Amino acid sequence: MHLPPFFEIGSFEFAKHTVLIFLSVILIVGFFMWAIRKQALVPSKGQYLGEVGYGFVRNSLGRDIIGEKEFRPWLPLLFSFFFFILVNNLFGSIPVLQLPTLSHPGSAYVLAIIAYVAWVGVGVKRHGLGHFMAKMTMPPDVPKVLYVFLIPIEFISNLIIRPVTHALRVFATMFAGHMAIMVAASLLGFLITDVGGIGGILGGAGALFLGIFIYFLEILIQVLQAYIFTLLFAVYVDGALQEGH
Amino acid sequence: MTTNIMAASENPLFPNGWEMLITTIGFALLLLAAIKWIVPMFERTYAERTEAIEGGLAKAEAAQAEADKARDEYNQQLESARLEAQRIREEARTEGEKILADFKDRANVESARITENAHTAIAAERTAAVASLRNEVGTLAIQLSSKIVGESLSDDDRSRRVVDRFLSDLEQTPTDAGAQA
Repeated sequence: MHLPPFFEIGSFEFAKHTVLIFLSVILIVGFFMWAIRKQALVPSKGQYLGEVGYGFVRNSLGRDIIGEKEFRPWLPLLFSFFFFILVNNLFGSIPVLQLPTLSHPGSAYVLAIIAYVAWVGVGVKRHGLGHFMAKMTMPPDVPKVLYVFLIPIEFISNLIIRPVTHALRVFATMFAGHMAIMVAASLLGFLITDVGGIGGILGGAGALFLGIFIYFLEILIQVLQAYIFTLLFAVYVDGALQEGH
Repeated sequence: MTTNIMAASENPLFPNGWEMLITTIGFALLLLAAIKWIVPMFERTYAERTEAIEGGLAKAEAAQAEADKARDEYNQQLESARLEAQRIREEARTEGEKILADFKDRANVESARITENAHTAIAAERTAAVASLRNEVGTLAIQLSSKIVGESLSDDDRSRRVVDRFLSDLEQTPTDAGAQA
């Protein structure tokens, strides 16, 4: 499925995955530092492009969801999540690179764990452990008897399933998209080389069309997943910060 | 290709520890750059832009206030200039009236003086005329009477008495007439 690693140090394989992770960091930091280097009041085209990207995360993911008062400290994390996931996902649709980094589960788990630690941490810090737990597990305006069922259900859904789905959602879509393109490509190769003849060529044309369709669908999903991951993180943070239940 | 797909049959959910470490390091670097440079720089630019816009508004307001002040001052000056002009006109008129009155007075005095002079001159001339007339009339009367009565009136004493009496009669009449006039 993958290229062999470039070199190995002990059990560590320096492979395409590693290169892409660092490449994404260099690209993101490089682009935004280049865009904002002048900090001009009247932006140039490059700065404007950077501001559109930054402003999108800042305003629609940060300010609109976490709220005018509290969103500022969360900007670096929101910015990093969104662009890290976006660029790493888009690697999956760039020829030659052709690997969405988050289709490797370890990367998705790490991001979800960071998000989980951040929002649970701020919730506990803000409300204290007991109050935060009550907030997460005891929805208000419910007959007291129901808490017998609700507390375990809410605990599992909010504190265990949430981070798992947060990680799996982005991992699974990237993994599946990667597979789907590969299946279409294999089908194309199989139909043309192994089947051959008129049927093979016609089928191959169909497989090519299918592959191109999946390719563009993938780009859409890659952008969408970066957005959803960051949006959910902002919603979790907002829920953790809010007063009351 | 076929063998590659077969290789994916190992559990895809099991993470590679090294990949997790690399992702953590990469993400940490990105987060650090975002905290240290990217977010502060963008936020500062936004803040400066907001400030520039608000500062521009404040500046415009100040300029407006200054313009208002200048206009008020201008109006005030205009008003005071108008008052000044009115005052000067008023003064000129008073002055003119005074001068006119002065000239009138002077003219009156002059005319009175001229009239006086004329009266005096007329009176003097009349006196002279009267004196001269008295002589001439006396002479004429005597000559006339001599011609009428002949030599009888050559007696000086007598003739002078007659003439005097005649003249005093004559004088009485024009004096009355003069008084009447």
